[in-house]
Amino acid sequence: MYDLLKLLEDNARYSDKELSAILGISGEEVRKKIADLEEDGILRGYKAIVDWEKTERDVVMARIELKVIPKRDRGFEELAETISGFEEVQTLYLMSGGYDLAVTVVGKSFKDIANFVAHRLAPLESVQATATHFVLRKYKDKNTLFIDPERDERGVVL
Amino acid sequence: MTDYSLLLSQRAKNIKPSGIRKFFSAASEMKDVISLGVGEPDFKTPWVIRKAGIASLDAGRTWYTANAGLSALQKEISLYLKRRFELAYAPENVLVTVGGSEAIDLAMRAFINPGDEVLIPEPSFVCYTPIAELCGARPVPVVTKAEDEFRLNPDALRAAITPKTKLLVFPFPNNPTGGVMRRKHLEEIAGVLKGTDIIVLSDEIYAELTYGEEGHVSISSVDGMKDRTIVVNGFSKAHAMTGWRLGYVTGPAPVMEVLNKIHQYAIMCAPTTSQYAAIEALRSCDDDVLKMAEEYNKRRRLIVMRLNEMGLSCFNPGGAFYAFPSIQSTGLSSQEFCERLLHSKKVAVVPGDAFGDSGEGFVRISYSYSIEHIKEALRRIEAFLKELRA
Ligand SMILES: Cc1ncc(COP(=O)(O)O)c(C=O)c1O
Repeated sequence: MYDLLKLLEDNARYSDKELSAILGISGEEVRKKIADLEEDGILRGYKAIVDWEKTERDVVMARIELKVIPKRDRGFEELAETISGFEEVQTLYLMSGGYDLAVTVVGKSFKDIANFVAHRLAPLESVQATATHFVLRKYKDKNTLFIDPERDERGVVL
Repeated sequence: MTDYSLLLSQRAKNIKPSGIRKFFSAASEMKDVISLGVGEPDFKTPWVIRKAGIASLDAGRTWYTANAGLSALQKEISLYLKRRFELAYAPENVLVTVGGSEAIDLAMRAFINPGDEVLIPEPSFVCYTPIAELCGARPVPVVTKAEDEFRLNPDALRAAITPKTKLLVFPFPNNPTGGVMRRKHLEEIAGVLKGTDIIVLSDEIYAELTYGEEGHVSISSVDGMKDRTIVVNGFSKAHAMTGWRLGYVTGPAPVMEVLNKIHQYAIMCAPTTSQYAAIEALRSCDDDVLKMAEEYNKRRRLIVMRLNEMGLSCFNPGGAFYAFPSIQSTGLSSQEFCERLLHSKKVAVVPGDAFGDSGEGFVRISYSYSIEHIKEALRRIEAFLKELRA
């Protein structure tokens, strides 16, 4: 099962036939396993990895650290649900260490993001402090290189 | 101007130059070629091994080692052979060499007298014939066939044996075919050799890349074979250490004495840094080796399925990291196939006849590449076949 998940994590577009060959199991088994994994919420989606830098579209990304006062009975959950609901938010993690929530946000411009922090995040009741870091360059995401891969230096030696 | 051809040794001059060098230098000059040609791992040497090499340099361990190798490494190799293949060889009978390549060279030089015959299963790795020739032997190919899953056929072996037969090269798992010999096949070979004086040079460099439950069995572990077997192995393929140039050879003590003697004068010792790194490789990397083998296994299943699907009949290789499909259905020779594939679709694979005449009609396709790379290359090969057949 982990093999299947790892393969799909590498490339969600393998055909059932390819997966069946790579894993050495029948196509029927592949389909059943994928259906089960989806059912169990282990496989949560199949999405393209886009390098927006290479397009005309302006994209700015920032990582925002939030310090939060947890709610007495619901801890961080309520706030996390609220923030997850914002469509600008790409990732949201609860962290150990110097701050509590790490939020990745994308927008069209610095101003977009500044507005988002000022008007959507900072005013939230339990948010104590925010620190916004803009992303200058993306080298790797979703285990995928955004820079040129290393050249294969191997030759045919016979 | 000196006429060197009058001066160079007749034996050296008679060695056939590799026919495919030209082909691959042409390929390497073309743009956007994707290769399935290489014969070495795509994985980097596991980090802990590299670190051990670096640490040895940091510590200034830059001297020669003992001729036979670091004693700690001889000991680790001895333990490894026991642990992985049930082979019992004392550390002092292990000789650390510059790759399996040197080990093969030493073994041939140690045994061959001019006029001796050396049996070489073919298709095979390219070094056995020229080295045997340099020693003055007569190389005798013994053809392995797709219908036998490229195993050495005991009857073919029996038929090739003459009173002059000195050495049987035993290259399994095989480059380029991927053929392997399971225990029962080895027992048949042992049966044929029984009562002869033939020495077996067992090149087990791909031992760790044997797929399926059974795993690699060394012919040396078969009843009655240990006394006549020289085992060659190394770090290139199993531990992804080709560039470190490190291998080893072991065998009966009186033989090892002679191998050591040649090695001592020809080489002094294997690279020191590599030896320190290899100690770490054997102490802590069995899991890395298995993981890499499992990756190759996935690619193997994919590539075999796809080749057969596109009509290139391909036997299911049991070892190494090569598929060896037949291209006879295209009506092209191996060379033509490879050249046309290179020029029309920019995919480089190795013509089967590079590995002996019996490789004609086949090509060697390495799966020592990422699955994505393999998929793209196969897509191009499929398009090439469609155009050929249209
Ligand atoms: C069958 C076989 N034996 C031996 C070698 C030599 O390997 P090394 O000298 O790197 O150990 C190779 C390398 O390709 C091989 O394919």
